[in-house]
Amino acid sequence: MPATDTHNPSEAQPVNTAILRLTVNNHPGVMLQICGLFVRRNFNLEGIFCSAVDQGVTSCIWLKVDETDKLDQVIKQLTKLEDVLAIEERPDARPGVSEMEAMMARIG
Amino acid sequence: MHTLNGAQIIIRQLEQLGVDTIAGIPGGANLPLYDALAASTTIRHVLARHEQGAGFIAQGIARTTGKPAVCFATSGPGATNVLTALADAYLDSVPLVCITGQTPRALIGTDAFQEVDTYGMSMPITKHNYLVRSAADLLTIVPKAFQLAGSGRPGPVLIDVPKDVQTEMVSFESWPEPLAAGVERSPASDGAQAITAAAAMINAAARPMLYLGGGVIHAGAASVARKLAEQGEIPTVVTLMGLGILPSEHPLSLGMLGMHAPRATNLAMEECDLLIAAGVRFDDRATGRISAFCPGAKVIHVDIDASEIGKLRSVDAGIAGDARAAFIALLPHIEKRPRPEWRRRIRQLQQDHPRFHPDDFAPGRPFHLIRQVAELAGPEAYISTDVGKHQMWVAQAYPLTRPRQLLTSGGLGTMGFGLPAAIGAALAHPDKPVVCFTGDGSLQMNIQELATAVEQQAQVKIVVLNNQSLGLVRQQQRLFYERKYFASSYRIKVDFAAIARGFGLQAFDLDGADNPDALLTGAMQTPGPCLINVPIDIEEEVTPMVPPGAANTTMIGGSHARN
Repeated sequence: MPATDTHNPSEAQPVNTAILRLTVNNHPGVMLQICGLFVRRNFNLEGIFCSAVDQGVTSCIWLKVDETDKLDQVIKQLTKLEDVLAIEERPDARPGVSEMEAMMARIG
Repeated sequence: MHTLNGAQIIIRQLEQLGVDTIAGIPGGANLPLYDALAASTTIRHVLARHEQGAGFIAQGIARTTGKPAVCFATSGPGATNVLTALADAYLDSVPLVCITGQTPRALIGTDAFQEVDTYGMSMPITKHNYLVRSAADLLTIVPKAFQLAGSGRPGPVLIDVPKDVQTEMVSFESWPEPLAAGVERSPASDGAQAITAAAAMINAAARPMLYLGGGVIHAGAASVARKLAEQGEIPTVVTLMGLGILPSEHPLSLGMLGMHAPRATNLAMEECDLLIAAGVRFDDRATGRISAFCPGAKVIHVDIDASEIGKLRSVDAGIAGDARAAFIALLPHIEKRPRPEWRRRIRQLQQDHPRFHPDDFAPGRPFHLIRQVAELAGPEAYISTDVGKHQMWVAQAYPLTRPRQLLTSGGLGTMGFGLPAAIGAALAHPDKPVVCFTGDGSLQMNIQELATAVEQQAQVKIVVLNNQSLGLVRQQQRLFYERKYFASSYRIKVDFAAIARGFGLQAFDLDGADNPDALLTGAMQTPGPCLINVPIDIEEEVTPMVPPGAANTTMIGGSHARN
């Protein structure tokens, strides 16, 4: 879950994180696949948001990754997971992700 | 229209996939699977004595044939026992398909009898894994598991099947089309450009070095790698997993690099100006301190797993693809070029730091024994090792001549690997001799598989290099812990020959033998499985040795130490 406590989404963010959008097979173990990879490869994950799409066949996972220097390795390792169908680097989605973080902070 | 239960679907598909041997142990949660297996006329079941043994027997088959091999285990302890063999297969990229029983679906998550989260536990040590939720899914999962295990960078795949999925009846029209085995084999789209760049670097290099590992063997690229070495006159080092790619006596072979390499090999690596790495992952046992590894060299890295390229060492040319395809693409661009100065320099290093000393081969010493066994076993033999001093001595001195000849636990370094892996090799190649070099420490980690060896009449000669200790641990305590030996030697002397006889093996003990040579010769010629206990002096060390974490040029010990 987001570790940053950002209340104002318009506030300028330091860009030392990357935003990734994954399309994954939707089954009960897939979140474990993603989170487990980050733990065992010693990559830092700052935020994760997951939701089923495509009538539940696949899920969309947004990741905020604190590994700009290792990003290439993060993406290559994610690519190897059989359940990961697509990976996009989405810097354009940063405002949206910040909004999501702010919303979660508001929910409390 | 077919109507079968889940277990029958699994067994029928294994038959269709050409599986002829399965190692495993039945239990409560996989009994339906065994019931279906009992009806198979083409699959031989090998009853192991411990699920880890079953996993390593399957590895013995897979490592020698290159094809996915299968093991079965029940839920709970069956699954936890097999995990070590899966982790071992994962680190050495060995194709396995492990099928475990699981508690019925309705009981999952209730801490039912023999329930563990096999799916969760196996995730980090498998290439992929499945928890099967309906029998119909097996129609796609089983062939997919085989494809994943055997393609690209091979690895273990686990399928966890709840008992009620095994018994669930499914009706279906037809079997799915078989999947191609060779997906992911083509080099990446930017391959041609990388090949041209790599070829130019090789042609321009004055002191190139080939650095080859297990990936070359998996790709079936050993002979084309040899052609590349010969065409460019490129000296070649191999990792532990790459032993056998070049015969040890080949003039361009510098043997194994790294922690227990010949001094001249590590020193030559230091001087190379181009490192052509293929099917390797820059493991710390091979590279030593990575920042000091081949410090002046540009790097070409060929690997089918793109994530290996640049993972630990940045590269000047990366070729993400099959090593065989890459070498074949490279060959026409490689100038036939003698490199007399570089060869002369390496010869000089080898003269200054000879690999062996004549004393190393004195009777009773490890290299003497290993060479004797090699002569008696012949060039056709498969060799498995356990983990420890004997493993490194075999790696240093056994005259390996071909890929897949040596079965050894490289990445995980699993004591207990040797015996069951040898049984697997013997089952897959009943016409070939198989020798298992083991230590007294390692053998005791899976000694129960002696029963399996006898029951299957596997043609395995087990040579126990017995120094009554955990030799490599003791060596590290001597070198790095001020000789404070603790928990590294055994206080009781185990009579392995007597134990082996108890399991029904023939057994020989060279301890105190009047004529050990004759006894060894006789033992090696004995048909059927047998065990040969060989006493080894506890002070025999593996040299030279690079201290863990040090640069490869820091080598301790050896007959030719010049410290």
